[in-house]
Amino acid sequence: MVPLSWYLALSAVLFTMGAVGILIKRNVIAVLLCLEMMLNAANLALVAFSSFFQQTDGQLLVFLVMVVAAAEAGVGLAIVISVFRNRETLDVDESHLMKL
Amino acid sequence: MTIQQIVFIVFALIITAGGVGVLVQRNPLYSAFSLILSFIGLAAMYILMGAQFLGVIQIVVYAGAIMVLFVFVIMLLNVRDDELHPDRHKYLLYIGVPLGLGLIAEVFYVVTRVQIAPAITDMHATGTVGTVERIGVGLLTEYLLPFEATSVLILMAVIGAMHLAKREKE
Repeated sequence: MVPLSWYLALSAVLFTMGAVGILIKRNVIAVLLCLEMMLNAANLALVAFSSFFQQTDGQLLVFLVMVVAAAEAGVGLAIVISVFRNRETLDVDESHLMKL
Repeated sequence: MTIQQIVFIVFALIITAGGVGVLVQRNPLYSAFSLILSFIGLAAMYILMGAQFLGVIQIVVYAGAIMVLFVFVIMLLNVRDDELHPDRHKYLLYIGVPLGLGLIAEVFYVVTRVQIAPAITDMHATGTVGTVERIGVGLLTEYLLPFEATSVLILMAVIGAMHLAKREKE
């Protein structure tokens, strides 16, 4: 069988790639994509623990995380559209005022 | 090396390749496609662990609905490559990559040092915990309140997204 630590290592790799992407990416949509990647890394760790400890709770939590991710993507992309309409740019450094 | 371990390694490589693709692509559209590849690999991981329901949901909701939303917005806004000022933020690369390597070193240190009880590490990931039945019973009994709260959250997200993306009347 695949040991639990392999899944945790893969989750760590995925989470780190998402974190590095948020640091180095300048396009706001790319930043949101890296955020989704970090959420999925956490989901992978949750499912791994859930299935190795034979408890359903972790998978229910993953289900809730997916719902929250869908809501976050919807609202986040609406904000991106609104910002782009006013500023004609997607660079995160250009949007430094809390104003749409 | 068992067949499960070979499958794990193949899909882990696919997931990692997708993640690296997100980071190195200049065009956000190609980043989104790389992330879809990564999500499909994750769905295979969930099924490998016996979480069938989440494997299906990962493909339908994540690789399907959410990523289609991203791709739709990218095409709607017609964004060009994100490196309009190539040299201005070069230093971020020199800060971000060492920070990422530090983070991954820390996590690997923790993962290798933490002792999980041997009885649990030997436990096989059998597929009775992730069935639709178990998930459904859990959602409608113990987790009923969070489940209902998510429906309110989705409703708020829909109203908020409509309000934010609406074109203001002059």
